[in-house]
Amino acid sequence: MTALMVIVFYLLLLLGLGVASSRFFKGTAADYFVASHSIGPFLLLMSIFGTTMTAFAMVGSTAKAYTTGIGVYGLMASWSGLIHSAVFFLIGIKLWAIGKRNGYVTQIQFFRARFESEAIGYFLFPILVGLVIPYLLVGIIGAGRVITPITIGSFPNAFEATRGGIPPWLTGLSISLVVLIYVFFGGLRGAVWANTFQTIVFMTTGVIAFYLISTRLGGAAVASERVLENAPQLAAREGLIGKGEFLTYCFVPLSVGMFPHLFQHWLTAKSAKTFRLTVIAHPVFIMIVWLPCILIGIWAAGVQIKVPNPNAVLGRMVSEYIHREWLSGLLGAGVLAAIMSSLDSQFMCLGTIFTNDVVIHHFGEKRFNDRQRVLMARLFIVAIVTFTYLLSLLEAPLVFDLGVWCFSGFASLFPLVFAAVYWRGVTKAGAIASILATAAVWGVLFYRDMILGHGSEEELLIYGMMPVTIIFASSLVSLVVVSLFTKPPSKATIDKFFLEKVSRA
Amino acid sequence: MRYVVYALAVALAILHQDFWYWDDTTLVFGFLPVGLAYHCLFSLCAATVWALAVIFAWPSTIEDQVERELHKMEGGEEPK
Repeated sequence: MTALMVIVFYLLLLLGLGVASSRFFKGTAADYFVASHSIGPFLLLMSIFGTTMTAFAMVGSTAKAYTTGIGVYGLMASWSGLIHSAVFFLIGIKLWAIGKRNGYVTQIQFFRARFESEAIGYFLFPILVGLVIPYLLVGIIGAGRVITPITIGSFPNAFEATRGGIPPWLTGLSISLVVLIYVFFGGLRGAVWANTFQTIVFMTTGVIAFYLISTRLGGAAVASERVLENAPQLAAREGLIGKGEFLTYCFVPLSVGMFPHLFQHWLTAKSAKTFRLTVIAHPVFIMIVWLPCILIGIWAAGVQIKVPNPNAVLGRMVSEYIHREWLSGLLGAGVLAAIMSSLDSQFMCLGTIFTNDVVIHHFGEKRFNDRQRVLMARLFIVAIVTFTYLLSLLEAPLVFDLGVWCFSGFASLFPLVFAAVYWRGVTKAGAIASILATAAVWGVLFYRDMILGHGSEEELLIYGMMPVTIIFASSLVSLVVVSLFTKPPSKATIDKFFLEKVSRA
Repeated sequence: MRYVVYALAVALAILHQDFWYWDDTTLVFGFLPVGLAYHCLFSLCAATVWALAVIFAWPSTIEDQVERELHKMEGGEEPK
């Protein structure tokens, strides 16, 4: 019961933070959606990192390491350290300049203007929302799987099936409501404040969990020796991860170039300099979170922990080896912090693109006042969260694999943003062809793996490569070939998007 | 220097494919499997390369140009 009380206290604390940030809310739609461009380097780093690290990083990485071993770090963490920062550096700064000069707030506004096409917004909107939903789903499923084992015995009569632990459906419902409330109170500022606080919480508690679990196992050296005795294959990659798979995972982190919430941060940042800290610190922050999770995952196999679903490994290790209830509760709160710090930004971003790119774009600027715009954003967010929550009640796939599918979709749209800022000759038809190719190939392969294959633990590979390779190639080839044979954008548009032309004028 | 930084980033991408530790289960510092230790070192090297990029290859001209342009649009004199 103590563990549960600590978790509930943490959730109440977050609600308090949402209310506190609302005192700074100016009551305008602009302030609600972009926090008046007031986010500095530290808040930006924490917000971007907190949003990127979801249940995928904590619950998913531990579960995947439990089944697939240490190579999971190389698949995602080290590739992401190199490629995320490269994207921030090569794409982020260009987007900031374009956003600053033209006043764009959302990704769809940007692409509509760049490709001189209204239609592209209507193509992109459902695809972006469709790809964000698995991202939200990863968080809600992950939260449920971690909290159940930590709270076992809290309500033995009410939840017999989970031996008195809070069932996943209730955890998912609770965190969705908490995030909705603090986002509704504080808008983007509330989300950024909560993100920063929660990123500090989950990084700190992650390190504490690692220390306590390793101590209880007799020290890190003893724990790793047990892996060599009982599951030696997990300490290497042979037979678990193919070389083609390891290489082609490099495409997955390109997703950061197309995440709607990050796109929005770039377009609306106060200064490009605010990204400097993020570019440098991101690889190290990833390591701080991922290394303990990977080790806990393989140690769980070393001590022969048995779980019905690998998603439950982290929660099981905490409940098995940390016997002080308040500490278990604190660590559970840390995992929820990682999850909720992703949900909030995603919720905000969905509301923003719906209001700005669908409603206002369709009905005009003057049709709705600020209060109505904020209300519409909130209603849309509630609809999406309800839909995602209902999906989370179905049989849960492996969090890691679902996360990779979500990232693969965004990553395959990366050629679109790269071409938009570097290639003057990319055309509207090329962009639409690329979006449609991505949607079609992603849909077919996702259906084959997650629906027909029931999200089995075995990863779908095509000629030894990750599916993202094929989806990315389809997107890129469609973009280039169609652009070469269709009409390029007008000079006025090129001048708006390419700085060099402006300086010569 | 910009091209040196880019070359370092490309070199890191190549070094990511560490097939030489593929089946090695040796523990570094007594607890860290060598394949994992290598990739942690990789993460630190990535941070170093991006720190060099920020110091030596940051596109300040883009920032300056945008600030100058916005200043002009607001009716101010062009800053020197």
